[in-house]
Amino acid sequence: MKRQLGRGVAVVGVGKSPFGMFADRDSKDLFAEAFTRMRASVDRGIDPKDIEALYLGNFSNDFFVRQSHWGPLTSDVIGIVPRAATRTEGACASSSQAFREGVLAIASGFYDIVLVGGLEDMSKRTTEEVAEGLALAASPYEISAGFTFPGVFGAIATAYFARYGANREHLMNVTIKSHDNAKLNPEAQFNVSVRDLMEAKIAGAQKKGKPVPHWDDEKAFLRDPAANPPIAWPMHLFDCCPISDGAACALLVAEEIARSFTDTPLHVVGLGQGSGRGLHAADELTSFEANRYAAKEAYAMSGLTPEDIQFAEVHDCFSIAELIHIEDLGFFKPGQAYKAVEQGATRLDGPMPINTSGGLKCKGHPVGATGIGQICEVWAQLRGTAGARQVPKPDLHFGAAQNLGGTGGTCTFTILERR
Amino acid sequence: MTDARINDISFQRFLGEDRLMGCRCRACGAQFVPPKPLCSRCHGDDLEWVEFEGRGTLAAFTCIRVVPPTMQPWGYGRDRPYCSGVIELSGGGRVVALIDEVDPTHPETIAVGMPLTVKYLHQGEGPSRKTLLAFKPA
Repeated sequence: MKRQLGRGVAVVGVGKSPFGMFADRDSKDLFAEAFTRMRASVDRGIDPKDIEALYLGNFSNDFFVRQSHWGPLTSDVIGIVPRAATRTEGACASSSQAFREGVLAIASGFYDIVLVGGLEDMSKRTTEEVAEGLALAASPYEISAGFTFPGVFGAIATAYFARYGANREHLMNVTIKSHDNAKLNPEAQFNVSVRDLMEAKIAGAQKKGKPVPHWDDEKAFLRDPAANPPIAWPMHLFDCCPISDGAACALLVAEEIARSFTDTPLHVVGLGQGSGRGLHAADELTSFEANRYAAKEAYAMSGLTPEDIQFAEVHDCFSIAELIHIEDLGFFKPGQAYKAVEQGATRLDGPMPINTSGGLKCKGHPVGATGIGQICEVWAQLRGTAGARQVPKPDLHFGAAQNLGGTGGTCTFTILERR
Repeated sequence: MTDARINDISFQRFLGEDRLMGCRCRACGAQFVPPKPLCSRCHGDDLEWVEFEGRGTLAAFTCIRVVPPTMQPWGYGRDRPYCSGVIELSGGGRVVALIDEVDPTHPETIAVGMPLTVKYLHQGEGPSRKTLLAFKPA
């Protein structure tokens, strides 16, 4: 299985809106902001009239804001009507599918310049409604059995714990690391460490004259159900990504014209996508078949191995998911990720930095925008513009992004190279 | 056994009769629960119903406190969590179901590996009657 692009494709610009809960903003103006920022990121500029087509990921604005058919709505916002606008839906991997379709469309020779993007508007509903909306991407059997998304990943965590001897404390290491990275990311929805949050709670209680809580450290804070309530055992609030609105986009061009946009294009060297089944039929409960397939496809295309990847954004919709992904992608052996994380291997200054952006947990997770949101972080790292959270390695060439939809129904893995 | 169409609608109707039904491929012997309209192993379409005994062990579970609207009519909410689980059936195959007769407010009392037997939760009468597939400690 070695699949190759018909011709090379490069990313020459990216942009994302802020991710967060915005009562006074909708998907159209968030995408407009992402688009404006993308234009600003193209070193030699892009005239929107040169964009030939749009591929747009959106999971379920149909449910969240009762509006479907976001392709043409979005092409109108950015002024490229009547050029083709195609929506992709792969649950939380929707915009990675858009990215992939855009790459394939250029690689086929049909287009030279394509915009790929994603958006989601989630905050206008209650938490219970969002849980129901997200569960639409689970299998029908999971929904009937009462599973929510935190529930599915909670169940996966219990299987992982039983199989490998991990426990909640190990998941806390993932959360603490993500927040530490997010503190360095001014664009993160939660631009703050767990320690900062803990100290703010103590200060808040003191100021209001309420009983002052005491926690020995961040883990004591996370163990306290008053500070970190259970959502779906063993997933607690701090194991779960937030509800977010947001949009992101990337400009893809044929490699042979990339240099007319920038001297530092990022080449799409690995592209993988797999499909999988629900919990009742998955080949394993502690790994995603779709992940392993996507990884194999992307590694084969690129000729790279997991050891060549210098950092990665992975789909940490829940803390346990990060552990499983970094095993499925081959960065760590099955059952070893929780130990590696405990030893700091995935920290910003570790040998394999994971989710330098703060991940979905802290950067935010507007589901349809997340895949390209991850590409935005890979872009910043590979081009050396990640500021305080820049990966401290001298020679960054290969970065990757892994995106998961549903309960592992869709997984994508994308490897970008700066040459 | 039955000439009911092999699909999820029949699966759900059988649950209403307290029966856990899957299907077997007559060509290659693969079994599926819930049933599938095609054999995903050999791609054949010659399938027959198989009844499952409804015994197994708990392979994974969760205790859900943020309850989706679909589960609220069953009486669940933030103050009354419920347990959902993945069950490895003793005859092979795996299903997801509600885990009843455990204490979801104390998840540490629920363990992966515990033996379970099937039970069926019914609600309502006539056309609005609903059934939830559940398991309880054996």
